[in-house]
Amino acid sequence: MRRLMTAAAAVLALGMGLGAAAAQDKLKVGFIYIGPKNDGGWTQRHDVGRQELEAALGDKVETTYVENVPEGQDAERAIERLARTGHKLIFTTSFGYMDPTLKVAAKFPDVKFEHATGYKTAPNVSTYNSKFHEGRYVIGQIAAKMSKTGQAGYIASFPIPEVVLGINAFLLGAQSVNPDFKLKVVWVNSWFDPGKEADAAKTLFDQGVDVITQHTDSPAPLQIAEERGMHGFGQASDQIAFAPKAQYTSIIDNWGPYYIRRAQAVLDGTWTSGQVWGGFADGHVVLAPFTNLPDDVVKMAEETEAKIKSGELNPFAGPIYKQDGTEFIPAGKVIDDGTLLGMNWYVKGVDDKLPQ
Amino acid sequence: MRIELVRRAEHSRLMVWASPLLAVAITLVIAVGIFAAMGADPLEALYIFFVEPLTAGWSLQELVVKAIPITLIAIGLSLCYMSNTWNIGAEGQFTAGAILGSLFPIVFPGWTGPLVLPAMLLFGILGGMLYAAIPALLKIRFGANEILTSLMLVYVAQLLLDWIVRGPWRNPDGYGFPESRVFDASAQMPLLVDGGRMHIGLVFVFVAVLVVWFTMGRTLTGFQIRVLGQAPRAGAFAGFSQNRMVLFTFLVSGGLAGLAGIMEVAGPIGQLRPSISPGYGFTAIIVAFLGRLHPVGILIAGFVLALTYLGGEAAQVALGMSDKVMRVFQGLLLFLVLACDTLIYYRVRLVRPVADPLGGAVHGRG
Repeated sequence: MRRLMTAAAAVLALGMGLGAAAAQDKLKVGFIYIGPKNDGGWTQRHDVGRQELEAALGDKVETTYVENVPEGQDAERAIERLARTGHKLIFTTSFGYMDPTLKVAAKFPDVKFEHATGYKTAPNVSTYNSKFHEGRYVIGQIAAKMSKTGQAGYIASFPIPEVVLGINAFLLGAQSVNPDFKLKVVWVNSWFDPGKEADAAKTLFDQGVDVITQHTDSPAPLQIAEERGMHGFGQASDQIAFAPKAQYTSIIDNWGPYYIRRAQAVLDGTWTSGQVWGGFADGHVVLAPFTNLPDDVVKMAEETEAKIKSGELNPFAGPIYKQDGTEFIPAGKVIDDGTLLGMNWYVKGVDDKLPQ
Repeated sequence: MRIELVRRAEHSRLMVWASPLLAVAITLVIAVGIFAAMGADPLEALYIFFVEPLTAGWSLQELVVKAIPITLIAIGLSLCYMSNTWNIGAEGQFTAGAILGSLFPIVFPGWTGPLVLPAMLLFGILGGMLYAAIPALLKIRFGANEILTSLMLVYVAQLLLDWIVRGPWRNPDGYGFPESRVFDASAQMPLLVDGGRMHIGLVFVFVAVLVVWFTMGRTLTGFQIRVLGQAPRAGAFAGFSQNRMVLFTFLVSGGLAGLAGIMEVAGPIGQLRPSISPGYGFTAIIVAFLGRLHPVGILIAGFVLALTYLGGEAAQVALGMSDKVMRVFQGLLLFLVLACDTLIYYRVRLVRPVADPLGGAVHGRG
C-alpha cells in the first residue's frame, strides 16, 4: 500500500513537473487597464483585443490583466508585478503609464513592453496607437451630407494633441463636402463621465446642432441624440444597441490584430522596438456598419474609406488653413505624422477657442 | 432565545482594542466564503491576498510606498477629529502642497543641489497649511461649516492642478501632453534602499507618529485637544480657546497632508500630473478612525489598508480575480469596524424566552 502511494506521488510529481515545463513554454502576456474591463469603451476594446489574442494563438499564450490602475504611483507597481510574475510581453494601455513603463522596462531588459498612445521608447519599449483621425475624416463627410443646419457638435475630453487632431480631421472631412461647415466643441475634461457628456450633448442640440460626435467613451451622448430624434456617431465600440435610430456608424478601436502580431513576434524572436501608428490599412481602425443613412452617403463613405486605406487620400493634404485664416500648408503637400502628433491648433471653421 | 444589547455603565477598555481585531477576523471569515463562492481555493486566495505581498522585498517596499501618504495624512487628521474639528479636505491640502512644493523643480529647473529638496518639502508643508487655513479662518470668522468648505476646496485644488499642468507648467518638451517636466534627480526623494521605491518619507511618518504620541500624552496642547473635543464647555471654562484650536489642528493636518503631497510627487511619481492621488486624503479619514485616532493605531491601520490594495492587485494577476473583490474587502472591513464598535458601549446578553400565560413567546416591545 505504501509503495503504491509512493508511486502515485511520484507520478503526480512528474505530472506536475511536466505541467510546469509546459507552462514555461507559454508566452505570458500582461495588460494594464486604466478602467474596468467592461467599461463599454476604451478599456473594453483592449480587453477584446486580449481575448482575440488568446483565441488566435491558443496554447502558445496565456494572458493576464490588471484593471482600474490609476495613473499615479500605482502604475509602476502594477507593471512591475506583471514583469516579476513571468510576463514577457506587457501592454500598458493608457497615456499616463508612459514614464512608469520606461522605469520598469529599465529594470527588466528581457521583458518586452508596449505602451499605447505615448511617445517615449527604449530598446525593450515600443509605442502603438491608431489613426482614429482617418475614421473621423469619414464621419465628418457623413455629418456634412446629413446635417440640415450645416453645423455639427463635438464632445471633447482633454485638449491634448490626439483630441485636437480628431476635431480637425472631422471638420476637414466635413468641409470637403460643404466648405462652409461649422463645428461647435464642448470640453468635458473627462474621458468617461456619462452625466457631463449627456449635458454637453443637450447643450449642443440646444444651440442648433443636429449631428454630434465625441471623443469621450460613454454612450450617453448618443442616447440623448436618440431621445431628441437627432443623430451621432459611436466611439471606441459599436454603440448601436444604445441608439438604434441615432447612430450613423461608429469608429471602432481594433487592437486584436496588433496584439496578435506582436505576441507572435516575441514567440518567433523577431520583436523589435518601434513606433506603430496604424489606421484603416493596418486594421487598427474599423467603422461599424452604416445605419440610418441613404445609399449615396454610404457609397461616399465607403469610397473615402477605401481611398484612405490605399493611400490615395490623405486627410491632412493641403491646402489647410489655421483657425485665424493663415495658410499652414499649401496645396500639394501633406502634414507629416510628427506634426500631427503634436497638433495644438484648430483648422479654420472651428467655432471654439482651444483651451491653452 | 433572543439577543439583547445592554448599555455598559462605562465603555469597555478591552473592546476598544478588541473590536478592530474582531472586525478583521470576521472580514477574513467572510473572505473565505467569498473566495469559495468564486471557485477559488480559499486558503490560497487568502495567502495571495494577505500574506504574499509581505514575502518579497520589493513588495514590502511597495507596501511602505503606498502606506506613507495615507498614514501621514491620517495622523494629522486624528488631531482634528479628537478636538471635534472636521477637516474633510485633506485631499485638497495634499494637492496644494504638491503644487507649491513643485515650484522649484518646475519653474527653476536650473537650480539643483542639496538645498532643493528641503526647500520643496518646506513649501509643500506651507502649501498644505495655507490651504487648510482657508476653511479654518472661515469657520472662526464667519462660523462657516468647515466640513463643507474644506470638502469643496478639494475640487478647487484638483482643478487648479489640472489647469496648471495643462497650461503654465506644461512640459515644454512634452508634445503638449498635460504633464510637467520630470524633476531633476536632486529634487527627488532619496531612496532608503537602492533599486526599490521606498523613500525617506517613511522616516517622516515615524517622526509624526512619535511627535503626536508625545503631544497627546504629555503636553498641555494634547490635554486641550482632548478636553475641547469631549467637553467643549469645560474647555471654555478652563480658558481654552476653541477658535485657536480649530486653527491649530487645521494647520497641523494641512501641513502634514501638504508634506505627503510633495513627497508623493517628488517620490514615486517624479513630476506633476493632472491626477496625483487616487483619493489618499479620503482614505486617510477611514484610516484615522480605523486606527482609533491613536498614532500607533493609525500606523497599523495605514499598513493594513495598503496591504489590501497590494493583495487585491496580486489576486488579479495570480487568480484572475476582479479588483472589485478588493473594494468589497475594504468596504467590509470598515463596516465591520464600525459595527463592532457597538461592543465598546454595549454588552451582548442572551435572554431566554419567558413563557407567557397565553402560551406564546414574549416578543420585544418594539
